[in-house]
Amino acid sequence: MRPTARPSSARAPASLREPRIQPMKPSAMNKRKLKESSAESAENISQVQKILRERFCHHCAAGKLFGMEQQYRHLLELLKRTTVHGESNSALIIGPRGSGKTALLNHVLKDLREMKQVRENLLEVHLNGLLQTNDKVALKEITRQLQLENVVGDKVFGSFAENLAFLLEALRKGDRTSSCPILFVLDEFDLFVHHKNQTLLYNLFDISQSAQTPVTVIGLTCRQDILELLEKRVKSRFSHRQIYLTNSFDFKQYIKIFKKQLSLPDEFPDESFAQKWNNNVQHLSEDKTVQAVLQNLFHHTKDLRSLHLLLMLAGSAVTVHHPLLTAADLQEASRHHSTDSKANIVHGLSVLEICLIIAMKHLNEVYDGEPFNFQMVYNEFQKFIQRKAHSMYNFEKPVVMKAFEHLLQLELVQPLERPSVRAQREYLLMKLLLDSSQIMEALQVYPNCPTDVKQWAASSLSWL
Amino acid sequence: MNTRQQSKLIYSWYGKPLNSDRKLRTSQYTGILITSESTKTEACIQLGDFILVEGVNADQPYVAQLMDLYEDGAQHKRAVVQWFCRLEEIPQNKRKLLKREISAQEVFFDQVLGYDTDIAAETIIKSIMVLPLHLGEELPIITLNREQTFYVRQSWDGKCFKVLSPDTFSKLKEANKKRGVITNSSKAFIPSDILTPVKRETGSVVRSATKSKNPDMEIESKHSTSKSSLAKERHSQRVANNDIKTPTARKKLELNSPTRSKSRLLGCEVLGLLDDDCDSIAPLEPSATKRKVKFPSEILGSPPKIPCSNDKSKSTIETAEERQRFSETMQFSPYTKVKDFSEKDKNLHEKDDILSLVGYQKPSSQIPVLTPRSRRTCAQKTSALIAEQISMLDQEDFQSGSDSSYSSNSEEEEDDDMPCTPEKKPKSSRIFSTPKSSRKSAVHTPAKTPKKTPLQGTPRTPRTPRTPRNATPEIPRRIQAAQEPASVLEEARLRLHVSAIPESLPCREEEFQDIYNFVESKLIDGTGGCMYISGVPGTGKTATVHEVIRCLQQAAENEELPPFQFVEINGMKLTDPHQAYVQILEFLTGQKVTATHAAVLLAKLFSTPGPKRKTTVLIVDELDLLWTRKQNVMYNLFDWPTQKHSKLIILAIANTMDLPERIMMNRVASRLGLTRMSFQPYTYKQLQQIVSSRLKGVKAFEEDAVQLVSRKVAALSGDARRCLDICRRATEICEFARQKRTPEIVRMAHVTEAIDEMFSSPYVNAIRNASLHEQIFLKAILAEFRRAGIEEATVQQIYHHYVALCRVEGLQSPTVSEIMAICSRLGACRLLLVEASNKYLHMRVRLNLSQDDVMYALREE
Repeated sequence: MRPTARPSSARAPASLREPRIQPMKPSAMNKRKLKESSAESAENISQVQKILRERFCHHCAAGKLFGMEQQYRHLLELLKRTTVHGESNSALIIGPRGSGKTALLNHVLKDLREMKQVRENLLEVHLNGLLQTNDKVALKEITRQLQLENVVGDKVFGSFAENLAFLLEALRKGDRTSSCPILFVLDEFDLFVHHKNQTLLYNLFDISQSAQTPVTVIGLTCRQDILELLEKRVKSRFSHRQIYLTNSFDFKQYIKIFKKQLSLPDEFPDESFAQKWNNNVQHLSEDKTVQAVLQNLFHHTKDLRSLHLLLMLAGSAVTVHHPLLTAADLQEASRHHSTDSKANIVHGLSVLEICLIIAMKHLNEVYDGEPFNFQMVYNEFQKFIQRKAHSMYNFEKPVVMKAFEHLLQLELVQPLERPSVRAQREYLLMKLLLDSSQIMEALQVYPNCPTDVKQWAASSLSWL
Repeated sequence: MNTRQQSKLIYSWYGKPLNSDRKLRTSQYTGILITSESTKTEACIQLGDFILVEGVNADQPYVAQLMDLYEDGAQHKRAVVQWFCRLEEIPQNKRKLLKREISAQEVFFDQVLGYDTDIAAETIIKSIMVLPLHLGEELPIITLNREQTFYVRQSWDGKCFKVLSPDTFSKLKEANKKRGVITNSSKAFIPSDILTPVKRETGSVVRSATKSKNPDMEIESKHSTSKSSLAKERHSQRVANNDIKTPTARKKLELNSPTRSKSRLLGCEVLGLLDDDCDSIAPLEPSATKRKVKFPSEILGSPPKIPCSNDKSKSTIETAEERQRFSETMQFSPYTKVKDFSEKDKNLHEKDDILSLVGYQKPSSQIPVLTPRSRRTCAQKTSALIAEQISMLDQEDFQSGSDSSYSSNSEEEEDDDMPCTPEKKPKSSRIFSTPKSSRKSAVHTPAKTPKKTPLQGTPRTPRTPRTPRNATPEIPRRIQAAQEPASVLEEARLRLHVSAIPESLPCREEEFQDIYNFVESKLIDGTGGCMYISGVPGTGKTATVHEVIRCLQQAAENEELPPFQFVEINGMKLTDPHQAYVQILEFLTGQKVTATHAAVLLAKLFSTPGPKRKTTVLIVDELDLLWTRKQNVMYNLFDWPTQKHSKLIILAIANTMDLPERIMMNRVASRLGLTRMSFQPYTYKQLQQIVSSRLKGVKAFEEDAVQLVSRKVAALSGDARRCLDICRRATEICEFARQKRTPEIVRMAHVTEAIDEMFSSPYVNAIRNASLHEQIFLKAILAEFRRAGIEEATVQQIYHHYVALCRVEGLQSPTVSEIMAICSRLGACRLLLVEASNKYLHMRVRLNLSQDDVMYALREE
């Protein structure tokens, strides 16, 4: 559901997923004792990794909420009134991605379910705009989740119209005091807005504003302009209750969050290890380099999920040999985290391809970003070859063309329009998808780059 | 055989005119003959007979007593009737008054005024039996004859149920007795065909078995089947030809009847016979119980059976013998009448556990006969029905079977047998039994939507989207009781909820009066009309209209107005504009059909006059969503009220004032007419009044606080919903902020906070809480915009500014990947509008808010 969340867990290094227990080479002395301790520490490490993995990969309700106490109370009160008093409501939770919307809702629901007056007194319907792509699917899903399809019996669920009438009928029958309240959670709310006529939203909001079965509609979205997307009748029926989540903490709190996220809980089996680990975390949080790393990340994004990603990368370095996190681990992770993907690709190119890219860079400079074609690039490359004939092998045109097409495949170069059959490949207009600063940086780290090429890259006028 | 030709009915007067009025050129008659041309059957209905009259719903014809027959000046045959009403015709909320279970066969002596008792004679279907009973009296065990015998215990005058007055009671009794006499006396002209078919048939079967009169039997069996489906065909024919003005356009029947008429050609004809069988046997039952004295006399004709009838094994042997005879006849006739008997017997054997006979009753010819019927579920249902009936009284069954088979003069016997059931029985049994056996039972089962005045609290009648299992969707009930408001603020919140229905709608008195007068005048005149109501959301359009309907229903209940039925559709609650037809038809008749079919049926319904039809008030909410390219739906909706007999009043509601001019074709707009009303947005005074009227008696708000909300909302939209929502939110904030247990009322501060929460722009706050690099990115955008002079830039252009800004701030300049991440994050929040990300550096970026706003948000820091 969160596009960024899933890949993060998928990208988790193998060591985190499968805690590797590296057999220690026993020294001559105290073989058995060492073996025992190594087994023990291996156990500890795998425990630590398990805890951290759960914390970072599933943004579950168990995780803590940071800086949203007020929103928490607002939402909890709202849902409590729905369940206890049977009051219908509607609300939107709005906040940028990774600001903890789902976490907040899960948290509230978890606490709500533990309450005595609420238990078993609330029906929940969870919909997701990415899954329920139209109202028909959504209606079926609602019916399924309300377990109304057993009423429908063996009938194959009829047409969309019947479906809607059926559901509206069911909801109309209830009243405030006797029917079980229903909570509708619409994740990716902005996608529901695009359904035809906004029928589903109209009906849900209409029910929430009329004396029928008590319902509360909670929408989760990251779009700040969501209200402008609602149709005027739908908008009028929406209660305009908006809960904004902004990552409004400062850097000090950020460090605190960092500490909390990394610390081991009190109920960790091996207390001494937990003590050691937590001390280390405390130590890390005071370390200058670590703070610099965190500051950098904090300046880029306040999204806690990117912090999780960073810690995940760092945590993957923890092994039996290396049981405690160090500042270097974090630095390394940060470097990983912020590398430029396109520039990375450039590192793996051949010299010819690098030369072509440099030629394109010069063309961009000369023609101020106007698109170019292969012939222009080839001419530019030829000029360079003619000047530096002694240092560069003069490739034939088909070879250069092949290299150019490789760049096209790597999407370092993009055609302006789709290549048609009639147009000659040499004259297709292209754009370079790299910035000159990226090219220069990549050249800095490019292994065994000929000096001539480097000079040519620095200035197109170097032949003068 | 052509069904239509066959079932053409001719209505003619029976006897000479009693007296005639020269001036009015009317003449009265004592009876009417209904002749079916094709089957050469005649039925006579006399004054005082109980009859079935075609109604809106063919499954539920109206029950009435024929009071008068006359021919008016225009040579139209008219009938004056005394109505009886079924339970389904009584409003749901009134049914509770009965405080007892009502069987489907119980009707009520109708004393409701306002029904048209003068009907076209052509709508009479057939005669039936209505027995008056005392209130305490048990219903006679009706098992077989239930489809055409009705019972009346109480009268219904639209408000309450009363015990039948002795006068009425005796009159009804009288009528029943009289009819017995009449039927006897009228025997003379009844053609011999008018018999219960089975008796005739079985008789003929026996005869044919003994005398081998095959052709004769064939004809008769045809007769019986054709007769049996006569009522249906008649219906369908009317629908098709529209020659007689019936209010009931029933395509559904057509769906049924073809299968029947087709089946007639095959061995499947048995089906019809099967139905006839059980139904015609059925009438014997009540008479058998009631007229024990008479029984011996008629049984005399068949002495050998009676002693055996109790002894089941013997009797089954008898039937087995009979069957043997039948199976012999079967060889002659292609119609394999044996089928139903064997079917019946099968059921019998199941009951009697005489398995030895099962093998016996398996003639090889049975299997091919079975196959076509097994395809039809209705046949299965019928057999189930038979099983039920037979299980209840198999003895009588045998008796009758033996009676008829042994009696040579079965006609007389039949009349003695059931003097109260007139000649038309087969027909009547047919029309009632069919729905049971038809596949459309799902349509039949849902209770007809109450047609008179529906419940007050729930002005909408249930739409009954029933499934075949008759399931009613329901949200589970809550386990713990809902808490009642404990504090003043909670009470206020409850009252301020939009769903809370106030006693009156303040500030819409004028509009209310206008709409009320419009509908009332149309109701009184019995004509139709349209009204278009417009207004921005939240101005109380729907609420006012509902209030009007509520008041009208009240008035109708108090008999100040003629009764009417109320239907509501909502464009937003339809998946497709054409579904409107389906929903309207379902409201009116309880039928569920496809959209195109519903349109045809509705057009018929509204274009033909019908007895007993009430005015329909139709609310069309969110009219603009019924727009289609051809505007068929709108055209039809607004065309119906202009029909002479439609009695349809439409209140169309939409948001825009000029909707008719803007989206409707001329022909649609012209039909909509010029009766328009527009609801102006509420002024702040009105909003204030609305809030304070809801809070009457609850001291929860400061006066000024309410005024502030009202002024704010009035300035923005005039939406009452918004106003109430803000007030409700303010109570929450107040409760949130107050100290422990100190009573608090909502003050200005709370209201201001609520308003800010709802109306403040989220962008500024979002920018302020963005990370440093995101803010720098926004600054870079501003710088690029300023440089280029256009409000659009590519990421690459912004990137250069960005790097420069980072240098100024002394920050490490980020990589392009990070820039892209920042850009997509801001794009997801819609602070920026961005292109598809595959263009990478050449992706174009635009701000989704004004530059000033961004500047303002960034400068504050």
